[in-house]
Amino acid sequence: MSGLLSQVGLHHYLILAAILFVCGLATMMLKRNAIGILMGVELILNAANVNLVAFNHYRHAAGAAGGIRLDGQVFAIFVIVLAAAEAAVALAIFLSFYNNFTTIDVERATQLKG
Amino acid sequence: MEDDAMMIFPLAQTIAQPPDAAASTGLFYLFAILAGASALGVVLSRNIVRTAVFLLFTLAGVAGLYFLLDAEFLAAVQLVVYAGGTLVLIIFGVMLTSKSPGIRYEPKIVEVAVAIGVSVVVAAALVMAIVRQFPAEPASIERHPTIAELGQVLLGDYLIPFELISVLLLVVMIGAAYLAKARRRGGK
Repeated sequence: MSGLLSQVGLHHYLILAAILFVCGLATMMLKRNAIGILMGVELILNAANVNLVAFNHYRHAAGAAGGIRLDGQVFAIFVIVLAAAEAAVALAIFLSFYNNFTTIDVERATQLKG
Repeated sequence: MEDDAMMIFPLAQTIAQPPDAAASTGLFYLFAILAGASALGVVLSRNIVRTAVFLLFTLAGVAGLYFLLDAEFLAAVQLVVYAGGTLVLIIFGVMLTSKSPGIRYEPKIVEVAVAIGVSVVVAAALVMAIVRQFPAEPASIERHPTIAELGQVLLGDYLIPFELISVLLLVVMIGAAYLAKARRRGGK
């Protein structure tokens, strides 16, 4: 118990990121709505971002010559940009799919099935 | 200052540590529980609009964690781009595709069992690995990084990825617009 209530350390953030990752994984497996699956992907990307920023803060921050290294934060910014781009393209695809099939149930996306 | 923190967080007296650390511990648990509970809500909620709202709270909790990790710029970007942009996009997508006659998005019982099994196994493995690999350790940081330093890194070491990602955003914008209106050429 004292370990849990002591000062917050790297492993606290890592465990939270693991929880977010598993929630995203379960969301991707359970939702049949394509947009729900997209939300699971966003959760997983957020878990990765928490890991990047936490490692940057606890492990990587002291750079050479008194500087501070911020590679983790820069990577997290790139991940956010890529997530936004991915969401835009995915939603465009879902809209196109909806216009053809009047549903976004992923079980109905069987046109390419052999 | 110290007395205030002592009053707000009485825990600070029992565990011997500076009040600032106790405050940040309390804030960490606040944001962590917000993010984790909302993430569970994303998994469990049946209504897709409620799922989106739970996702909003998860993103807000993660933004708070970025503040605690001295990543103020990233927290602001998280709130503006994710909570303000991506989530609005998702909600628009939900509204545009909500009319699906006779379709219920309920998972089968087998799918639920498989999902629970895989999730529990992955979660247990991750938590065990984290606890074993990363024992408690203090932050290695002496001073807070500034946003100016982040900008220097972004336009210095990471200049080429930074420019490439702007090209990517342009391509994505064109591609999304093309994909979303491609149906009109097919003609129903």
